[in-house]
Amino acid sequence: MSDGTSRLGAAPGGKSKEYLRPVPSTWWLKRKTYFLFMVRELTCVAVGGYAALLLVLAASAHNPDSFHSVFSWLSASRWSVVLHAIALPLVLYHSITWFNLTPKAMVVWRGEERLSPVLIAGSNYVAWVVVSVLIAWIALR
Amino acid sequence: MAKSNEPLFWSLFSAGGVVAAFFVPVTLILTGVAVPAGWIKEDDLLLLVRHPLARVYLFVLISLPLFHWAHRFRYVAADLGLKVLGVALPIVCYGAAILGTALAAYVLARL
Repeated sequence: MSDGTSRLGAAPGGKSKEYLRPVPSTWWLKRKTYFLFMVRELTCVAVGGYAALLLVLAASAHNPDSFHSVFSWLSASRWSVVLHAIALPLVLYHSITWFNLTPKAMVVWRGEERLSPVLIAGSNYVAWVVVSVLIAWIALR
Repeated sequence: MAKSNEPLFWSLFSAGGVVAAFFVPVTLILTGVAVPAGWIKEDDLLLLVRHPLARVYLFVLISLPLFHWAHRFRYVAADLGLKVLGVALPIVCYGAAILGTALAAYVLARL
């Protein structure tokens, strides 16, 4: 799993003797669960793209004129609206799938009893709302 | 890419996933809704971005999510047929995250 070539069963260098059934690149369209998996994985493009936008914003803050250009783009550009509108549902889907997976990745035992997965995911959601409100309040007050 | 790098990149992927899950949606609503709606003024946002704590926040919110993207994207891109790129794919992905981290450190430190 450590490099792209070995992930689907091929030996490094492609010298495997086993038969490898060709996998068409549209395999994820065959089933709903595959499709949702692909959407979840592709949320990383929105996450990474948004990090790139924050990098541009941070770089522009060095100089009031360049910051003005970025701020104007954010406030008036149709592209900014479209990109934010595409990215928002994707990053929300990332958050939801991430929080729902937390109880599976992190099993907490309390004595003999396993802490309820609903409680672990639920506390994530509560913390998410709290930090979101806090950050919005800091930025908008 | 040596096999021994996998745990390091997985940890950065995981940390970036947590940071992105908690902080990206609200920040995205600020730049994508609050700014165009006029809820935050240009001068106030500039002051906020230059605040030392906000710079730490931005550094974390740029660097770790880039590593999250790099690790997830190299695998999903391979699944979608970019496997032919071989070792160039992880090098480009992790390289972009490392470069983005260095740039973020530089631009935020000089503010």
